Amino acid sequence: MGLLNRMGSIVRTKTDKLMDRLEDPAETLDHSYKTQLELLQNVKRGVAEVATSKKRLELQRAKLAQKMDKLESQSREAIQSDREDLARLALERKAALNSQVENLNLQVADLEKEQEKLEATEKRLSTKVEVFRTKKETIKAQYSAAEAQVKVTESLTGISEEMADVGMAVQRSEDKVENLKARSAALDELIDSGTLEDATQGDDIERELSKMRTASSVEDELARLKLEAGK
Amino acid sequence: MIIRIMGEGQYRVPSSLLDELNEIDNRIVEFVAQENESGYREDLARLITAVKGRGSPLDSAEIVESDIIVPPEDLTLEEARKVFSGSGLIED
Repeated sequence: MGLLNRMGSIVRTKTDKLMDRLEDPAETLDHSYKTQLELLQNVKRGVAEVATSKKRLELQRAKLAQKMDKLESQSREAIQSDREDLARLALERKAALNSQVENLNLQVADLEKEQEKLEATEKRLSTKVEVFRTKKETIKAQYSAAEAQVKVTESLTGISEEMADVGMAVQRSEDKVENLKARSAALDELIDSGTLEDATQGDDIERELSKMRTASSVEDELARLKLEAGK
Repeated sequence: MIIRIMGEGQYRVPSSLLDELNEIDNRIVEFVAQENESGYREDLARLITAVKGRGSPLDSAEIVESDIIVPPEDLTLEEARKVFSGSGLIED
C-alpha cells in the first residue's frame, strides 16, 4: 500500500472519531460546531506561538550579531598591537558564531513559512465553520429528525476531514516550536558559557570539514584585517 | 477528483492525473524502504507540485470529502515510516 492510501486511512480514522453522533441530530450538529470553534481557537493560538518563537530566534540572532561585532573589533585591536595569535582566536570565535547565525536564518525562514501556512489554515477553517453554521441551522429548521440524520452525515464528513487536517497541522506546528525552543535554550546556554566553538553540529566528517572551512575563512579575514591596518 | 494536501487545503484535479500520482507514490514506497532521504524528499515535493500545478484550489466555502490525501510537504522520512507502520501521526 502506498503512502497516499496509508495517509488516507490515518485521516479517515481521525475523521470518524470526530464524527461522534449523538441521539439527536440537532445535538450532533451543535456538538460538532462547538468542537470546530475550539479548533479555530487552537489554530489562532498556534499562529501566535509561531510568531513568538520567531521573535525569540530573531532576538537571539541580534545578540549573536552584537557579539560578532565585538569580536571583530577585538581582532582589529589585536592586529594593531601585533598580536596575530589573539586576532586569530577572536576570528575563530566569530566564525563559530557566524555558522550559528546561518542556522538561525534558516530556522527563522522556516517559521515564517509555517506562520503563513497556519494563517491561511485559520482563514480557510473560519470560512468553513461559518458555512457549516448556516447549514446546520437550515437542517435543524427544515427537516424531520429522520431526514436530518442523512443530512447530518453528509455535512459532517467534509468538515470532520478538515478538522482532522487542521488538528494535525496545529499539532505538528506545536512540536516544531517546542523543538526550536529547546534548541534555542541550549544555544543560549552555550553563548553564555562561551563554549560555542565546541558546538559544531553533525558527524565527525562534517565537523572536520566545518573546521577546515572555518580555518580558511579565518585566514582570509586575518589577511583582510592586516591589510586594513597596513601590517 | 478532490485531493487534500495536508496543511494546505483541497484541490480539484483531473482524474487523468491519477496514474502519474500512483507512479510517484510507488517510488516513494521504495525510497522509504531504502531509507533514501533525498529521493523521498524529491518525490514528495514532485507529488505536491503535480497536484498544485494541475489542479485548482477548492473554494474555502466548499465542504467536501477528499478522494486522496497527500501528506504535508515537510513530512520527514522518519514520519513517513511511522505512517507506513500504521502507528499514525496524529495523537488521539
